[in-house]
Amino acid sequence: MEAIEVKVMSKSFNGIKAVDCVSFNVHRGEIFGFLGPNGAGKTTTVRILTGVIKPDAGEARVMGCDIVKDTQKAKEVLGVVPETANAYPDLKAWQNMMLIASLYGIPRREAELRAATLLKEFGIYERRSSKVKGFSKGMKQRLMLCMAMISDPEVLFLDEPTSGLDIQSARLIRQKIKELKEERKTVFLTSHNMQEVNVLCDRVGIINKGKMVIIDSPENLRTRIGGSLAVEVKFDKAVDMSMLGFNPERVGDNYKIYTTEPHEVICSIVGFATLNGLKIMGLNVQSPSLEDIFVKLTGGSND
Amino acid sequence: MIRKLWAVIWKDIQMYYFKGPVIIFGVLFPLFLFLAFYIGRNLPAAFLIPGLLAMTIFFTSTSVSPVIMPWETQMRTLERLISCPIEVRTLIFGDILASFIFGACISAVPVTVGIALGVGVKSPVILAAAIFISAFCFSSLGLLFSAPPTSLVSNIMMLSAFVKFPVVFISGIFIPMEQMPGWGVAVASLSPLTYFTDLARYSIQGYAYYPIYLDFVVLLFYSALFLILAVKLHERTSAMRF
Repeated sequence: MEAIEVKVMSKSFNGIKAVDCVSFNVHRGEIFGFLGPNGAGKTTTVRILTGVIKPDAGEARVMGCDIVKDTQKAKEVLGVVPETANAYPDLKAWQNMMLIASLYGIPRREAELRAATLLKEFGIYERRSSKVKGFSKGMKQRLMLCMAMISDPEVLFLDEPTSGLDIQSARLIRQKIKELKEERKTVFLTSHNMQEVNVLCDRVGIINKGKMVIIDSPENLRTRIGGSLAVEVKFDKAVDMSMLGFNPERVGDNYKIYTTEPHEVICSIVGFATLNGLKIMGLNVQSPSLEDIFVKLTGGSND
Repeated sequence: MIRKLWAVIWKDIQMYYFKGPVIIFGVLFPLFLFLAFYIGRNLPAAFLIPGLLAMTIFFTSTSVSPVIMPWETQMRTLERLISCPIEVRTLIFGDILASFIFGACISAVPVTVGIALGVGVKSPVILAAAIFISAFCFSSLGLLFSAPPTSLVSNIMMLSAFVKFPVVFISGIFIPMEQMPGWGVAVASLSPLTYFTDLARYSIQGYAYYPIYLDFVVLLFYSALFLILAVKLHERTSAMRF
């Protein structure tokens, strides 16, 4: 059984298709990265899969439970950190945890044990008796994650979990995601942070304009879709690179040239430098990054 | 189910009701509105107290319940709540019960004021039953106001005030039913508050305009109607909030 199964799922708002016949599976114990530009349909997909809204068409199952026909049962096996949701600001961190535990039907004693463990793991146990309105953004997000995990869910939906967080909070959350994989939990991770997705995810799905563009491992995406390599060069002084050809892209003090023939480009660069009396301060060949692939597949429309 | 329901009630009480300004406003607002109308008219306390009680229970039961859903949409806590394994109907019923507890408890204030002024309660059982049913009925009405899927609390407050104030003026609080013209009685008979006011007058003054059983039947009918409508409409509109 797959952790998440989505078949030709669609959802429209006021005639505009937010999710358009999307199909994919997420395997058990997998960290699945879900990428897409703003407005591509990521949050709508997450909201459907977490039972917040219903799809107009298609099927979606979480741990075998139909999210439309068996919504409550599906919700029992999943935890979620929605992109824009908050904990109750006028309740204490501990009260927020107990509230969610009650809604999942976790016995009181068990809930207290789990809450204490999670709050300690996320470094906010000492603040458990403080109202959430006094928390920093990082602390609030850590609490949201604790709330999502109190039911010990099989599938965890994390919608932009590290967006806008301080480095410590982001690292802590990423570390926890890695630990979840070791515990054979499934994580559905939505993020704009390509480095994060690249490091954490087993597979990546890219959605654009409501349609799933591609699903594969980050490594396969780089080899299958990346195509060209990037040759990056830095000279000792500013130079008119148009004379070199190859249509170079300026990246800070460096120039980046995309090519399938790096040898030819490097020879040209060396010749160009010798001819113009330039010193080469740096030269390297890079595989295409996940970001390059994302931009390529989404037409650079990450607005 | 009971535990989930209690979790919602507890959350509402902590978040919305167990706050000084809400409690003070719940008591003071109907009191001042009432005094503004009655001062200088030299009416007996036994006539005043049922009206004050009716206004208090009506305003307190419909004070916070209409704003919970838009408020939670705006605070972005609703999505977290909805993604838990809880049905919308349980959520709505919990909100109604929290409002019911608040309305029923605050109604003790005008009753206590009446007793302090020497106004006896002739039928305490009838009064208690009337308070409980009415608090539930008006709380359900409050939740009905919040069915439009907006995050703007002001919109819901406007809609709620648009209904609440006319209801207070047509329900036999300021003008007794016996003194109303025929069309006035016809209009008053449409308001659920009329039937609570009638029961309060019966319990305190010893007479009622309608038969007691009719007051209870109509209040129960409105309670069921408002509850069903609130649940059905929220089930339909909750997904539109996101």
